[in-house]
Amino acid sequence: MSDLLAVNHLTMRFGGLTAIDDVSFAAKNKEITAIIGPNGAGKTTVFNCLTGFYKPTVGELLLQGDSLTYRLERLEDFVVAQKARVARTFQNIRLFPAMSVLENLLVAQHNKLMLASGWTIKGLFGLSSYKKEEAQAIELAKYWLDKTNLMKRANDNASDLPYGDQRRLEIARGMCTDPRMLCLDEPAAGMNPKESAELNSLLQFIRDEHKIGVLLIEHDMSVVMEISDHIIVLDYGRKIAEGSPKQVRNDSAVIRAYLGEDEDEELPPEVTADLQNDKAHG
Amino acid sequence: MSVLKPKNLNAILKDSFIIGLITLVLAVPIVGLPTINATEGLKIEPRWSVVILMVLGVFLGRLLLNLWWHREPTLSSSIIIQNIPLLQSLQQLLKFILPIGLIFALILPTMPFASRYVMDVAILVITYIMLGWGLNIVVGLAGLLDLGYVAFYAIGAYSYALLANYFDWSFWICLPMAGVFAGISGILLGFPVLRLRGDYLAIVTLGFGEIIRVILLNWYEFTGGPDGISGIPRPSFFGLEFKRNSEGTFSGFFGLDYSSMHRIIFLYYLILALALLTNFVTLRLRKLPVGRAWEALREDEIACRSLGINPTNTKLTAFAIGATFGGLAGSFFATRQGFISPESFTFIESAVILAIVVLGGMGSQIGVVLASVVLIGGTELFRELEEYRMLAFGALMVGIMVWKPRGLLANREPTIRIKVEGSS
Repeated sequence: MSDLLAVNHLTMRFGGLTAIDDVSFAAKNKEITAIIGPNGAGKTTVFNCLTGFYKPTVGELLLQGDSLTYRLERLEDFVVAQKARVARTFQNIRLFPAMSVLENLLVAQHNKLMLASGWTIKGLFGLSSYKKEEAQAIELAKYWLDKTNLMKRANDNASDLPYGDQRRLEIARGMCTDPRMLCLDEPAAGMNPKESAELNSLLQFIRDEHKIGVLLIEHDMSVVMEISDHIIVLDYGRKIAEGSPKQVRNDSAVIRAYLGEDEDEELPPEVTADLQNDKAHG
Repeated sequence: MSVLKPKNLNAILKDSFIIGLITLVLAVPIVGLPTINATEGLKIEPRWSVVILMVLGVFLGRLLLNLWWHREPTLSSSIIIQNIPLLQSLQQLLKFILPIGLIFALILPTMPFASRYVMDVAILVITYIMLGWGLNIVVGLAGLLDLGYVAFYAIGAYSYALLANYFDWSFWICLPMAGVFAGISGILLGFPVLRLRGDYLAIVTLGFGEIIRVILLNWYEFTGGPDGISGIPRPSFFGLEFKRNSEGTFSGFFGLDYSSMHRIIFLYYLILALALLTNFVTLRLRKLPVGRAWEALREDEIACRSLGINPTNTKLTAFAIGATFGGLAGSFFATRQGFISPESFTFIESAVILAIVVLGGMGSQIGVVLASVVLIGGTELFRELEEYRMLAFGALMVGIMVWKPRGLLANREPTIRIKVEGSS
């Protein structure tokens, strides 16, 4: 399996602050790749570079398309979504609050529909070719509403949804753009255990049925450890470890980053017991 | 009604008494002791009866206000409960009002009270409705605060006036051209400024509006400067002009007696058709991807970018289409007035159009109609108040903003609905 995304020597500086320092990693198609790390490790900055919102100071970001490779660092943000088809969600949810749930999903299919409406001209005269295309777009929206359990709320304003539903709507909106890679920025934040279990199965469904790459930033370890195929750990803008969930869990650098620097001090007994437990269960 | 507790009543009486006392203290020197001119100099002539009346009035007024404020809470909650069916019936009423309003607009010229004055006011109101609808695309849908909309109105008006003066082209050729010119100028303005947001965009568009006016004022050889352009040709009815009886005129062709009202009625239907065209196109665009992209852009530009929507192009289309309708309305204005000068295109015009959009409820088409009727028709109604007219205008605006802070009609209907099981 070839790499869907290759990040080579990515560095991002804001003035004197180096947010990301020479990070390289790869993400494969049909896999869930998680980026984890303590607060301020530079995870969201990586996402912003990937989706074109920031221009990286150094480095190349290669996304394998159908026939050509896109250099994401050279594209403008909306072109990344349009041509390279990288979809993303945001840490602080960014829906279109005053528009209905269904409209949110139709806006996601803007470029396809714009083409079908002949840049508005055909649509203005109500030609049937556009109507057919719009019906298809609604079908796609319904499909994702069904998958995210939002069917009943389709006509409600996005702002009226509860928090967990808004998170799932954002994922549905991302999927409606028909992406090659889906970047999720803390999709489980603020969710209860039941909701995050549902989220797990949704993400696995996306990976297995739609065969796209999923890039995930997450703090909720029950999500990360359960569904990730590959984990990258960042700390202070550097990559400190990567590998399978099992490898990462036992990595001494990761434990240090999460639990403290002092090596002389022994880990608290509960933590060591937990770690051994995890080892025993694999 | 509510029963007041004695403790409450005491407090109310005390409060009203204090307010009455303050009035007394103020009224005695200000109202009670006026000076009058007398032969031996200034003389004081006390007016105690007026003071007593004032104090009593203030005391009673305060008492009534207090009683209103201290109503039993059950009363207000019962109002809220009653309000819900009231709101629903209001929306049902709205469905009836739409066709009735349209029919009324169509048959207005045949009404017995449709005098020259009434028709002139109606034309004015509909012109502002059209401008409001045009600006609604930019401000209400795309969320771009445009304070220089009158510039496009001016470009439309001058396009027609100059084309007619220099080339002798008819109104029907110039009308679409005026729209195109205004649209192009919208794009030209849009390119450099649309990367700005919010307040910054507002300032630049404000500047653009002034630039256009100053150019019209100073380019004397071309636009006539402050003298304006007069003798702008009137529109013709498929080549038939509105003139006194002779061959090739409207009245001559149809065998009617000449009446100056013919032209007014024709102008009325012309602006009604233009306004309805604006409305039709806007309603249509709202349901198309471009319209949804406008609204999405108003809601969250960053989310739009993440979905692959080109924000610059989307904003430009909103600006250009809004400007086009402004241009069409301007061209109508020129042909109606027969004379235009930069005086007609000052900032206050932009402000009035923006006020119509905001007071009507951003993005609401019917809201624009209501606000135009209230603001433009209302100021005409208050014409007898003379210098207090603008005061009434201002009070009206303040009132609407107090009772309806999001505009007269603020709720938005989704552009598309699907049937959902188990819910409304």
